[in-house]
Formats: sequence, C-alpha cells, structure tokens
Amino acid sequence: MFEWLGITPQALVAQLLVGLINGSFYAILSLGLAVIFGLLNVINFTHGAQYMMGAFLAWIGLTQLGGWVGKPDWEVNYWVALVAAPLIVGAIGILIERFMLKRLYHLDHLYGLLLTFGLALVIEGMFRHWYGISGESYSAPEALQGGIRLEGLGLFLPKYRLWVIVASLTVCLGTWFVIERTKLGNYLRAGTENPKLLQALGVNVPLMITLAYGFGVALAAFAGVLAAPVFQVNPVMGSNLIIVVFAVVVIGGMGSILGSIVTGVGLGLLEGLTKVFYPEASSVVIFVIMAIVLLLRPAGLFGKER
Amino acid sequence: MATPALEIRDLHAWYGESHVLHGMALEVAHGEVVTLLGRNGAGRTSTLRAVLGLTGRRAGSVKVNGVETTGMPPHAIARLGIGYCPEERGIFASLTCEQNLMLPPVVAEGGMAIEEIYAMFPQIAERRASPGGRLSGGEQQMLAIARILRTGAKLLLLDEITEGLAPVIVQRLGQVVTALRERGFTIVLVEQNFRFAAPLADRHYVVERGQVVKVVRKDELAANTEVLNEYLGV
Repeated sequence: MFEWLGITPQALVAQLLVGLINGSFYAILSLGLAVIFGLLNVINFTHGAQYMMGAFLAWIGLTQLGGWVGKPDWEVNYWVALVAAPLIVGAIGILIERFMLKRLYHLDHLYGLLLTFGLALVIEGMFRHWYGISGESYSAPEALQGGIRLEGLGLFLPKYRLWVIVASLTVCLGTWFVIERTKLGNYLRAGTENPKLLQALGVNVPLMITLAYGFGVALAAFAGVLAAPVFQVNPVMGSNLIIVVFAVVVIGGMGSILGSIVTGVGLGLLEGLTKVFYPEASSVVIFVIMAIVLLLRPAGLFGKER
Repeated sequence: MATPALEIRDLHAWYGESHVLHGMALEVAHGEVVTLLGRNGAGRTSTLRAVLGLTGRRAGSVKVNGVETTGMPPHAIARLGIGYCPEERGIFASLTCEQNLMLPPVVAEGGMAIEEIYAMFPQIAERRASPGGRLSGGEQQMLAIARILRTGAKLLLLDEITEGLAPVIVQRLGQVVTALRERGFTIVLVEQNFRFAAPLADRHYVVERGQVVKVVRKDELAANTEVLNEYLGV
C-alpha cells in the first residue's frame, strides 16, 4: 500500500515487530520505575544498571559459574536465570533501600536521585572492570531458537522475539492487575497517595516501600534476562536504554501504571514506524514527542497534576 | 484501678524545630468520651497525631491500653487498637468508596460487621462504587469514620469531624457518636463546635499552647460556661 513511497509490506511488518520488542522493554522498565516512583518518590537512576545486572547474571550463570565452582560442564540455564536473576537483583535492591535510600526520605527528592545515579555509575564501573566493554553474547534457549516463516508475507519471525513480547506483556498486565484489582494493590495506591495516613491506619508502610523497590528492581532484572539473547550483554547496555525509558516515563506520566505500559509499547511501535518512513528521525522521535508532551501536558499523557 | 485506654503524661512533640506540645497530659478510661477544646493552633490536632507517632520527635509517655508507645512506629501503635479519623478526612481518591472502607487492616476481634456499618451510614452503602474523590464532604466524613469501625479498634481519635458540614449532617454525626458510645467505644474528640461536643462528652480538656489548662466534667459545665467562653474565644 505504501509502494509509491518505496516501502514494502515486509519492511513495514518487520520494523513494527522490532518496534514491538523495543516497546516491550520500554514498558517493563518504565513500569518498574513507575512502581518505585509511586511509593518512594525516588526516580531510580540505578534502573539501567539493574537491568544490566539481570542480563549479566544470566550470562554468568550460563558460561562462568560452572568454572568458578570447578565443574565446567555445569550451567544455570535460561529458564532458571529468568527467575533467579530477578530474585537476586531484587534482594540487592532491598538492601540498597534498607541501608541507603531509607536514610534520604526526609530530605529533598534530589538526594535519592543523586544516590541512585551514583550507584549506577559504581555498578557499571565494577562490571566494566571485571568484564570490559566488548560485550558478551548469550544464545537463546534451545526451545526458542529458530523461527516461524510466514510465506504469505515473505517474513521470518524468530521465536525468541515473539517470546519476549509475550513474556513482557504478560508480566506487565499481571502487575497492572495486581495494582488495580487486588487488596495489595489498594494498599499500594493508597500508599502512593498518602503514605503517612495509611501507616496511621495500621499498614506497615516502610515494609511495603522496601518490597516495592525490590519488586521494581526485579522487573528491571527480568527485562535484562529477556534482553540477553536479543542484545549484546555489556556493562553499558542499561545506560543506553534507560535514557529512552526515562523519556517514555515522562511522556506517560510519572508514577502512572497503565500509562507506563501503554506508552512503552506505543512509543516502541512509533519508533519502528519512523524507521520505515523516515529512518533519519528514528533515534530522536521519542525525544521530540517528549518535548511536545512537556509543552502541552507537563504531567504526562496519563499523569495527574500533583 | 483498671488500665486506662489512653494515658498521656508530660508529652512533648516537635515538628522540625517548632515545639508544639509542652507537657500534654490526659487520661481516658475505657468507654469514656472526652473532648479536646481550644483555639486553632492550640495543639489539639498535634496531640492526636503525637499519640500515633505522626509528629516529628516526641518525648514523654503515651500508653495505649497500658502499653508504652514512645519509640514504636505509627502502624504498630495503630495496631494496639486505635482508629484515627484525621482532620482532612484522608479519603483516598484513587480508591472507590468501598475500597476505602475495606482498606484499614483488622487490628482486633470484635469490629463492626459491614452490614452494621452500612446500616449506620446508608449514604456510604449507596455510593460504594463511587471513586473516593467524588464523594461530598459529608459522605467523606462518614466514610472516614466508617472505615475505622470495621477494624476492631476500640479507641477512636476523631479530629474535627463537624468542620465545614451542614447542620443536618452535624446532627447526624452527633447521633453516630452517641451510638458508638453506647457500643462501648472509647472516643477522643477534637472539636471546635462546643455545642456539638457538650452533650456528647464525659469530660472536656481545654488545651492552650500545647498543654491542658483546664478540665471540666460534664456536671460542671453549667458552672464553667463563662470560663470556657473566655478560653475558646467564642
């Protein structure tokens, strides 16, 4: 239909698929940021580093750990990593919240931002020191290798990429469901609105805040494991992605759960479309939209004015 | 003598640098209704907040059912059996009326059943699916009281529940407080509206500059009208 522009349907669908995959990562990362921002009022700049840690833990489990324990054949496979890496990174996040972030809540929000930014630099620096920046490759698990050929469209759909979309959207919608439809979610929304009062009504809000940070961070690590077979595993993979994710969060509205999912996927698709129609703009289109949204609706598309 | 439901001794509290309570002291027995009267800024709201550990630093002693609470976090104090209805009502706008009602965790057995609460507040039952932010002032006030009756808390701290409401709703709230008293709740009312509070309470504490300056029992009210008027500036 766009032949007159020199665009084939194959290119269009292929780019939309790439866009959908990127959008899935944006969604899951901005969702974690939204959960954290909602309860802690902290913009978690460590998010990218935690995503990178997820990917690295998966890679370490698969290729390094066996050697460390003296059994070179032994490995932690992808499926175990998909559960274990978020748990480990989430637990580290809980320690960060308990021993560092917690001390800053009575100060201006800027201090939380500075702390998490500093931590991101430290974590990335450590991984750079240990593994260099050349990047490691991680192969998709056997069950998800190969792909499906769509003869009609002349397209090849890699199975792993479809899995990424399904897995991240499932996790996003599951999180949304818990927050919007369950008792625990009621606590979370009430805590976002007025944490002091919720605590005066008998809810252990400090514990909730710790767990919310752990959960948000675990989402980042989950995205990291998902990303390991798609992108190169390297210490700066998070800082490259996280800048776009912050733009997504600003567009969707800080702290909005549904907003972060919808905007994440939507902007990924839009980026894909831009690659088809005007490739030169594809790396800036999200930031242009961010500027426009900031001008017209400073609280974001789904955000509430505070 | 039985352990009082609430016993405050020499309580000092601060918001940052400002020292708001200067040796507050009061004692409420189980099943009593008392009021804290006084001008705006006298320290009545701060007293309720300090009981729950919501002020900044606090010093002195606050015992709930005989348990010393200084040093405990607010949620642990609330779980000793306190139901708190804040001055700003504190209805969560992102939750529905019913979600607000069901929000506070149960802290003890013997809370009111949901049917009883709906019978006491029929408006709340009607609006159960409405978002908290859409309720009228009177409905929000009813809901803020209703939600702490479910939890089994026996000591209610009610802050300015009549503020800004129409006379007919104020009258209804008077009936509610009377009904709660008959059910054996212990109630501390912070009230500006003396005519509302006078017939409800066993005892009135007049608060000024963060301490109690006068205690008036119900049977002494008539003899003290002038003194009270002077303190309250009405």
